[in-house]
Formats: sequence, structure tokens, C-alpha cells
Amino acid sequence: MPEPQGAADEVRSAVADAHRREWAFVLAATVRVAGDLDLAEECVQDAYLAALDAWTRQGVPNSPGAWLTTTARRRALDLYRRQQALRNKLPLLVEPEPSHGALDDELDSEFVGRFGDGGAIPDDRLRLVFTCCHPALGVEAQIALTLRLVCGLTTRQIADAFLVSEATMAARVTRAKKKIAAARIPYRVPETNELPDRLRAVLSVVHLVYTTGHTDPTGAELMQRELAQRAIDLARMLLKLMPDEREVRGLLALLLLTDAREKARTDAAGRLVLLEDQDRTLWNQEQIKEGSFLVTEALRGGQPGRYALQAAIAALHSEAPTYSGTDWPQIVRLYDVLMCVWPSSVVALNRAAACAMADGPEAGLAEIAELERHLDDKRDTSLAGYRYLPAAKADLLRRLGRRDEAAQAYQEALALTEGAVEREFILRRLAGLG
Amino acid sequence: MAEYMILIFDDEATWAAAAQDEFDRMLTAHNRFAEQVVELGGKIVSGHALQPSPTATSIRGDVVTDGPFAETKEALGGYYLVEAEDLDKALAIGKLVPVLNGGVEVRPIMVF
Repeated sequence: MPEPQGAADEVRSAVADAHRREWAFVLAATVRVAGDLDLAEECVQDAYLAALDAWTRQGVPNSPGAWLTTTARRRALDLYRRQQALRNKLPLLVEPEPSHGALDDELDSEFVGRFGDGGAIPDDRLRLVFTCCHPALGVEAQIALTLRLVCGLTTRQIADAFLVSEATMAARVTRAKKKIAAARIPYRVPETNELPDRLRAVLSVVHLVYTTGHTDPTGAELMQRELAQRAIDLARMLLKLMPDEREVRGLLALLLLTDAREKARTDAAGRLVLLEDQDRTLWNQEQIKEGSFLVTEALRGGQPGRYALQAAIAALHSEAPTYSGTDWPQIVRLYDVLMCVWPSSVVALNRAAACAMADGPEAGLAEIAELERHLDDKRDTSLAGYRYLPAAKADLLRRLGRRDEAAQAYQEALALTEGAVEREFILRRLAGLG
Repeated sequence: MAEYMILIFDDEATWAAAAQDEFDRMLTAHNRFAEQVVELGGKIVSGHALQPSPTATSIRGDVVTDGPFAETKEALGGYYLVEAEDLDKALAIGKLVPVLNGGVEVRPIMVF
């Protein structure tokens, strides 16, 4: 007998919800049984398919995550036994090696109903994250693996977000998985002495996922908005798993505070609106509140890290009534501290823009001229081809009424800019110079 | 007697596309090579196939990057064959290798 439409919809949405919330947990716990990333993924996909049918017949279980995990791990164990002889000679290095007999018992006892508290199933999500973000993998591969394995996105979705073909993205993922197995990248959380470096790599991946979704470099909007949301989800998950890591808190704060301004960043026609011209009533106050609270905590106790400081700067912007009413001297001071923990020319450029607001455009231009000198004499070439350098310079020249020089700098910025939204903005500025 | 290290360079794409019989032919040829070494009064101290270059990880200073060591002015200067529990341990060992002005590449050995 066919199910009433309402019930089927309810099940579909329960499965979709569980996909979003539980994918990482289910996969991470299954990898340990499967000893192989591909096999684990296959089993987890099967479990989600099986859920559609089983939940329609029996109702949605109290703990969908536990149901899915148990189903996926059972399937992995079956396949493991059946394919043992045929298996890849290079299984994933799972530590500690599980004894499959003990695991069988564990699975059986899970099945008789230890679902409720979830305590029976180990939370391996951090292992999964650290494996995906291992520094021996290229950054692009780390991002792709994280989106695929931790967030459960399809290769197609990831390819769309990064504007490459599905085949290219599939090859990137396959190559990374091969390296994990062949080079024996372990499936484990790094030891305390390696943790700071390794965590930095993880946070950088999450941040890159967000910025890819945020800056909209070429305009594939829908998927990129999804990426921004996924990055926030990832940061939330990490904070839950590592509540004592202040930089995780700082990153989540930074993402929330940046994202709070998302609605005001473009106008109804999709045109870019600078911070200075944004309608501050469009800012998401709930996210600002949460972000500001997290910043306060992230700044507490010793030298704050890069993300906490960036978040503190974002918080000052969020709390300001207007652009000119922003506490610019305090923002400059925060950039000074940021330069100490994370010396980079991108930070220096942002500091120059803040100086211009605190002490006038001339002061900002002087800082930018210094950066250009470093670029010219090749002392620091990291800003070469960076579109925001000429853009920032153009803006200050415009403020000072130095039209010809401003126009020239806008032209330089335009030549370096690919995104339609940003190009349109620069063209508008150029037209405004008259 | 002196010791020499013989480094094998080959086209990975050709290897990846090689059919089983071609693979077998190469294996036989390597076995024959071992006999020829003895015939010439030499001795193989040790020899291994390496996993393909995409499985390599390079270390320069403390910076770990994916892929083989991109030599610009550096030339292969030596090697250690080490046993380690996993890549993390192998990389930790790799970072300890004294280099004046270069780095190391850590590549897994092929296990047949």
C-alpha cells in the first residue's frame, strides 16, 4: 500500500536532515570498520538509501545518526569479511587496529538498543578531519576531501563550487585518497606536540571553504552560498569537539561576524556594496551577538591567535553605529597585534586602509606606498597581482580628489579582477570619477 | 670494493598504462639484472621500487608540501632507507635529516 504523501515527505526530510547533521559522524565511525575510505563511503551511502525505505516502513528512529552508523558499519563489516582476499593491498592506516571480533560484539550490542545516549559509538570525526587536512596533501586536495568526506557533498557539487569539471575534481579526490593509503597517512588525531601545526592546517581549510563561498570570484552563487554555510557548520563542529582550542572559537566568531553582513554586501540588483555604504539594519544581529560573545572568550588567556584578532576587528565593525563612527584607532591597534602573530602583506594592506580612516587618506597612502616599494624591489612579492592593492590605493586617491591617479589605479585593479560583481563595482567607481 | 647507488628514472605514465604481461616482463628483467650483477662480480646491497611520485611529500625547513622535491639548483645528495610506523613518523624523521641548503623527499616504498 502506498504511503500517504505527507509521511513520505517527512521521511525524505528526516533523511536529508540526517545527511546534513550526521554524515561526518556516520562516515568517521564507519571508516574504522572498513579500513578504507572508498569502502566506507559506499557503505554510508547505502545506509542513507536503506534509511529511506526502512524509516518509511518503521518510522524515523529516535536517533537517526545511531541507526545510520550501525547500518553502515554492519555493511562494512560484511563487505570486509567477504572481500578480505580481494581487498586493496594498501588499506587505510587505522589506529588502534580494531579487533574485528570485538567489533562484532560491539555492533551486536548496539543493535539491541544502546541507541539513545550515543555513547556506544566512538566519535571519530576529528580523526576524519585531521586525515582530510593532512599537510602532506595539497591544499586543494585537503579542501576537496573535507567537503566530500566531512560535509558529504558530491563530487559534482564540489566541482561546481570550484568551477572545475566533475572529472577534474574526481581525479583530485582519487589521487588524494591513493596518497593517504600508499603513504600511510594515519587515521588519527595528532599528538599534542604536532597539534598546533596540524590544527592550523584544519582551520585554514575551513576558512578557505568560507572565503570561496563568500567572495564569489566568478559568480556561481548558489553553490558558493552553500559553501559559506558549510564552513560555519564545520567550525561549529570543531568547536564542539575541541572546546578548549581558542583559535577554533576565534574562527567560528570570525565566520559568524563576516557572514552576518552577507545580506548587506550586495544590493537588490546584485551589485557590491562596500562596508562603508552598507545598510547596517540588514546585518544579522543574532549572528553578531553570538560572534561577539565568542570573540570575548577567544581573546581571553594569553596571546590571542590570528582568527581571534581578525574576529575582534570584525566585531568592532559590527558594533559601530556607522562607518565613520567606528573605533578606527582601536582597529589599527588590533592590526598591529595581528602583524605580530601573522605577519603578512595582506594584513599590512588592511592596516593601511584602517590608518586612512584613523589618521586620514594621506597616512593610508603612505603605508601603501611602502608596500609597493617592497613589491618593486622584490623584498616581498606576496602582493604581486593582488587586486585589492590597487583597489585600496584607488579608493584613497579618490577620497583625496586625485582623479587621474585614482582612475589609473582602478584600471589596474580591473585588470586583475575576474568576478562579475567586483568588476561592476570598479566600473561604477571609474564612471563616478567623471 | 666501493659502493654505488644506482637511481632509476622512468616514465610514470608508461608504467601506469602498462599491461600485466609488460609488468611481468619487467619483473623478469629485474631478476635477470640481479644475476648479471653477480656475473660482473658485483653485489646488490638493497633495491626497491618506489610508489609513484604523487605519493611523495617534500620537506624544506619545517614546511611540508605535497609532491616530489622540485629541484631547481639542488641535486640528489644522499638517501636513507628508514622504517617508520606511518607517514607522520616518517616526516618527523625526514625533518631531522641534516641539510645545508635544500630539503628531503619522503616517498613510500612499493610493497609487492
